[in-house]
Amino acid sequence: MTLALYVPRAGVVHRLPAGVKLLALAVLAAALFVLPTPTAAGAALLGTLAVGLVLARLPVAVLARQAWAVRWWLLALFVVHALTTDLRTGTHVALRLLTLVLAAAVVTATTRVSEMVAVVEWLCAPLRLVGVRPARVGLAIAMALRFIPVLVERADRIREAQAARGGSPRGVRALRATVAPLLVQVLQMAHDVSEALDARGADDVPPPRRRRRSPALEVPR
Amino acid sequence: MRFRRPGPAPAADDVADAGRGIMLRGVSHRYGDRGVLDGLDLTLTEARIGVVGANGSGKSTFARLLNGLVVPSEGRVLVDGLDTRTQVRAVRRRVGFVFQDPDAQIVLPTVAEDVAYGLENQGVPPDERAARVAEVLDRYGLAGHADHPAHLLSGGQKQLLAIAGVLVMRPARIVFDEPTTLLDLVNARRVAELIAGLEQQVVVVTHQLDLLDGFDRVLVVDRGRVVEDAAPGPAVAAYRALMADR
Repeated sequence: MTLALYVPRAGVVHRLPAGVKLLALAVLAAALFVLPTPTAAGAALLGTLAVGLVLARLPVAVLARQAWAVRWWLLALFVVHALTTDLRTGTHVALRLLTLVLAAAVVTATTRVSEMVAVVEWLCAPLRLVGVRPARVGLAIAMALRFIPVLVERADRIREAQAARGGSPRGVRALRATVAPLLVQVLQMAHDVSEALDARGADDVPPPRRRRRSPALEVPR
Repeated sequence: MRFRRPGPAPAADDVADAGRGIMLRGVSHRYGDRGVLDGLDLTLTEARIGVVGANGSGKSTFARLLNGLVVPSEGRVLVDGLDTRTQVRAVRRRVGFVFQDPDAQIVLPTVAEDVAYGLENQGVPPDERAARVAEVLDRYGLAGHADHPAHLLSGGQKQLLAIAGVLVMRPARIVFDEPTTLLDLVNARRVAELIAGLEQQVVVVTHQLDLLDGFDRVLVVDRGRVVEDAAPGPAVAAYRALMADR
């Protein structure tokens, strides 16, 4: 799961600023569309693997998991394009998607969430003019990343509880029976989390002009 | 020994009692028409204070009064002379709060980021922040998990992380709301040992009566009132007797 992808290492890729890595990812994505040949896509894929496995020293399993997660998409794109155009196009499209997925995985695995959030806050800085607080936007994104797995876990618990009482885990009825209690739990949790934010000084945040969020928390080891 | 004081009306000179603990003066609280706390007058100065009571007795509301998460419908709560109604930010810097469910308290994706959250809110400089986070993670056995996603921790580790997130802010007092309820025996014992070793004044709301061993004072709350206020032995005996009658 991409949410838990960060792999601590002391390599050069990890030390690059998050903004540079995200920019490079955007440039790569654009380049893959500007250079429409399978050879270019293959070269980009090899380059991505070299950066991820050699420079960033990521485990092969990290990248393999991401490729495996999109296997059906890759297959579907390849088959559809091979049938409607030709094998070369199918190969090209599949290679392009695989390269982008792996490049995104390399960026995620080498960048802390706090660094990503700092970039988002920087990008949102102009919105201060219309009253938006970039730090709050960053906090919302970080909290979304934190609570998505928690909500997935809660939904699983509800489904298990229903299954334990003879309920069917599939179908519209099961979905409805999951959504209602999950919504109640989410609302309760939202209340609890808001209390926790208050207790941990969320209201102490200095005014936007004085506040500077550090790009990353480097905990000494 | 009884610590409970009869209730004087809120007085201006309470504010001059800085450093003298937590005072509740004529405190009542209602959620809509439902009264949950009624006429509390307490002065909490002991290092270890326990709060016990049946479900729905008002314990959690009582705990939330102590750092301003709940403002009383009537009366005042003063922490070192600071009123939770008007000086809540200063109160919350003095009184940390550990919730029953750590999943609701951990707000950021990774362990180190979450511990740092409160410090960031306090405006602690990045270098000092990183040093304090590292020190707390090391002290509570979480140093190897600094960059791990919080949702992958065990229940015990999550509770330790939640406590670390409060301790790193160095509050003078900490309120724990049923900190061991969701934990197994080993982790509950670990949290109990952690609480016992704290330098801060501690108020613990709990159903686990073993946790109160060695405490200075225990309050028994029933139907919104403190019905017993004594050392752990007599207070727990009174609580058991109360529950036996139900």
